Amino acid sequence: MKMSRRHLALTHVILIIFAIWSVFPVFWTLVTSFKPESQIFSTQIKVIDQPTLQNYIDLLTRGDFVQWAINSLFVSLVTTVFAVFLAATCAYAISRFRFRGRSASLYLFLVAQMFPAVILLIPLFAIFTNLKLIDTPWALVLSYATFAIPFCILMLKGFFDTIPYELEEAGRVDGLGPFGTFWRIVIPLSVPGLAVTAFFAFITAWNEFLFARSFLTSEEAFTLPVGMATFIDPFNQPWGLLTAGSVLITIPVMIFFFVAQRFLISGMTTGGVKG
Amino acid sequence: MGSRGWVAWAFMAPVLLVMALIVFYPMAIGVFQTFTNIDNLNQGTRFRPPSWEFVGLQNYIDILTGKDTKFYPVLAWTVVWTVVNVFFHYTLGLLLALTLNQRFRGRTSYRMLLLLPWAVPAYITAIAWLFIFNGEYGLLNNVLGAFGMPRVAWLSTFPWYYIMPIIVNVWLGIPFMMVALLGGLQSIPGDLYEAAQMDGASRTQSFWNITLPQLRSVSSTVILLGCIWTFNIFVVIYFITGGGPGGKTDILVTYTYNGFTLGQYAIAATYGVIIFSLLLVFSAVYRRVARES
Repeated sequence: MKMSRRHLALTHVILIIFAIWSVFPVFWTLVTSFKPESQIFSTQIKVIDQPTLQNYIDLLTRGDFVQWAINSLFVSLVTTVFAVFLAATCAYAISRFRFRGRSASLYLFLVAQMFPAVILLIPLFAIFTNLKLIDTPWALVLSYATFAIPFCILMLKGFFDTIPYELEEAGRVDGLGPFGTFWRIVIPLSVPGLAVTAFFAFITAWNEFLFARSFLTSEEAFTLPVGMATFIDPFNQPWGLLTAGSVLITIPVMIFFFVAQRFLISGMTTGGVKG
Repeated sequence: MGSRGWVAWAFMAPVLLVMALIVFYPMAIGVFQTFTNIDNLNQGTRFRPPSWEFVGLQNYIDILTGKDTKFYPVLAWTVVWTVVNVFFHYTLGLLLALTLNQRFRGRTSYRMLLLLPWAVPAYITAIAWLFIFNGEYGLLNNVLGAFGMPRVAWLSTFPWYYIMPIIVNVWLGIPFMMVALLGGLQSIPGDLYEAAQMDGASRTQSFWNITLPQLRSVSSTVILLGCIWTFNIFVVIYFITGGGPGGKTDILVTYTYNGFTLGQYAIAATYGVIIFSLLLVFSAVYRRVARES
């Protein structure tokens, strides 16, 4: 349909309003992170006057931010490798074989995506206490696997579904067994799918707050979300550090998100989301 | 390939084993705890044997009959929270999807900008808004101040402490709806609109008679996901109001978490099971209704 001039104008007005609304909090955080304290705690409205890197310097040199980043990186990486590795064979079975219990398993993974983390929180806390895993990264890896594995299965099933079956037939003719077919043919063909799934599993672990808040007790063991939350103190809120930290945490996530978002959307609508 | 069931199960085995250990076993413990009165004082320590007891269905009875006076108020606010949020996510997401689903210059750039909230970690979003809402030097109050209007303590004044977390969560949830609905719109065959146009249908008529019905399956999926997601979202309430003032803005998941931090394990576990049951029943009913209509 050809658009009339008035219609085109209306389109732009709507989109501009919503674009501003979408970008504004991010923009404001970015701007604030470059402000000196005197301007942050001011009642005047100024976009930016004397930009400074002081907040970033303080964040990286004082306190535990770097340690938290290392912890987050470690937990997210281990979770991702663990979840993708386990999920791959399972997703392949669900994608390729028609066996009794297939749809029940699929349903189970969908439901596993649905229940709120607080349900598992309490029993996991008891188990981790007994196993002396509280305040270690392993408590997080295991608890993150509870949602990362079902998520990866659903995403990977979608990717495996798109690989033509004839390729596997060819492998079988060449004498490969089912496991050989999987390792030699399906996995090499799914590298992009595996990468995208891994990245999203990584991001989910990188952003997780509730389990980390509950299972970590000492400041050196904190991941970034828990560490950032400790800054929010009703009496003394270091907004310079909070905004600088927000910027540093968000940049890598955002770059990746825009590269990979296309794949997430199809995966999510077939799979499910974790709040 | 039914005859090769064992191969399938061999592929499934590692996951099922791990899921059994980290999901099903803890779930079983969680359900077991709901029939006890276990808490942080009677659970037993190195120095003291456990002294909790079985209480049967008492926890469920206390909660569901309203003896635990918090349950129904918290549930009511959780439902309002979910409905209001998903309503705005869906309507605004649809408006933006319809707007983007046209041919004009700058479309891709708008799409990128509108996706931005999805790319930001939810807790970082909450921190960003918290700063804007700050009573003393937050931007919102500074703007009001510049116009000579009184400052508002947004997070402790009725009804703002209900509205502010909704604003944040609406901001968070629109991009997902927008993108999913845009995908739905793009899969509607163009000739449907051409035929309608030839029959003299207006834009509005096409919207009600073609667009909405064609979007039904996408819409029902994203609304269901949106409801579950909003019902369970923890960080927005936790960071923005902390459930305050006086627990008024706690939703079920944050309230359950508070029970856990206070060491009321049995009660919190019972809340957990109730939340899960509510969601299961809701999605089962929802799916049936969506299929029948």
